[in-house]
Amino acid sequence: MTPPPGSLLAAEDLRKAYGPTLALDGAAFSIHPGEIVAVMGPSGSGKSTLLHCLAGIVPPDSGSITYAGRELATMSDVERSALRRGDFGFVFQFGQLVPELTCVENVALPLRLNGTSRKEAERAALGWLERLEVDDLGGKRPGEVSGGQGQRVAVARALVTGPRVLFADEPTGALDSLNGERVMELLTEAARSTDAAVVLVTHEARVAAYSDREIVVRDGRSRDMERAV
Amino acid sequence: MSIGHTLLGLLESGPRHGYDLKRAFDEKFGHDRPLHYGQVYSTMSRLLRNGLVEVDGIESGGGPERKRYAITDAGVTDVERWLASPEKPAEYLQSTLYTKVVLALLTHRDAADILDTQRAEHLRSMRILTDRKRRGDLADQLICDHALFHLEADLRWLELTAARLDRLRAEVAR
Repeated sequence: MTPPPGSLLAAEDLRKAYGPTLALDGAAFSIHPGEIVAVMGPSGSGKSTLLHCLAGIVPPDSGSITYAGRELATMSDVERSALRRGDFGFVFQFGQLVPELTCVENVALPLRLNGTSRKEAERAALGWLERLEVDDLGGKRPGEVSGGQGQRVAVARALVTGPRVLFADEPTGALDSLNGERVMELLTEAARSTDAAVVLVTHEARVAAYSDREIVVRDGRSRDMERAV
Repeated sequence: MSIGHTLLGLLESGPRHGYDLKRAFDEKFGHDRPLHYGQVYSTMSRLLRNGLVEVDGIESGGGPERKRYAITDAGVTDVERWLASPEKPAEYLQSTLYTKVVLALLTHRDAADILDTQRAEHLRSMRILTDRKRRGDLADQLICDHALFHLEADLRWLELTAARLDRLRAEVAR
């Protein structure tokens, strides 16, 4: 398959079944550097499976995924794992921070795992906590901060390695309107300032409105609305 | 929106000329739809006729005469009554979209396509509002939020209808 010109991450004709359930049935996707694309669709439509395939977490049964010109399927597990630690960042709905670590240690963790010294990693982590307006929480543990604050810490952790693609799966799903809005503002501002592409899985239209365009997944098939209209 | 009541409310803080009233209205409530001068003067004539405002003074300079209006006690009572009365919730029972979906099903067209196209159009509007909100002040944010929540309600209906299309198809075929 030839990915769309200029795309950073692209997928074509993805199929994935879990037992008798077909989660993806010919889904396609593409995103350019710096672009924010919302993946929308009802619960169970296959949008999270699409995200997991795109991020190399779950291999599709068939179809192709290309990142920066390379097929994910041709990469070794070690290479894919390195991709997820460096080029890709992740924000989920909840439960992603390590409860035993402080917020600054949580944000510094991906850098520490990549071999950065503690001092340097924590300095970078503090910088990101500041950008996400939660630098005063650096010494607290996740259990001591609110849901909205914890999610900002999670965004800081996702961006600390300077990923080229940020995968956000219902990033505001557990937050109230005001907190959700602020998280989306900070997330999109930070992503745009670093030219990171964002794959934003959401069923909420107000969250999708922060994207540049949307694709709709229904029954495992995707539809690119920009090209459709 | 009741322009008359809004202008009356603006007069409560003190007498103003028609031009000042228009400017205050546009600044606070006009946003995308500023008032025409004609609307201001016809509204003020009506309020004057009904005894809700009175002429507080007339300035005559080089141009046309400029009346300054002041709110009367009856005007204050009228504003109070208006503010205290709840607005009738819009029920949207005559939905064009519903009609389109049913017609599409009746004529064996792709109703899901209509819903998808509409969702894209709604999201386009929501993006513009979200962007405007991000740049705007608190007043702008509140106005955009009101519009965004209404669009979101439409979208929830679109999603629900998309999920029920098979049932609806069977029912309209009866």
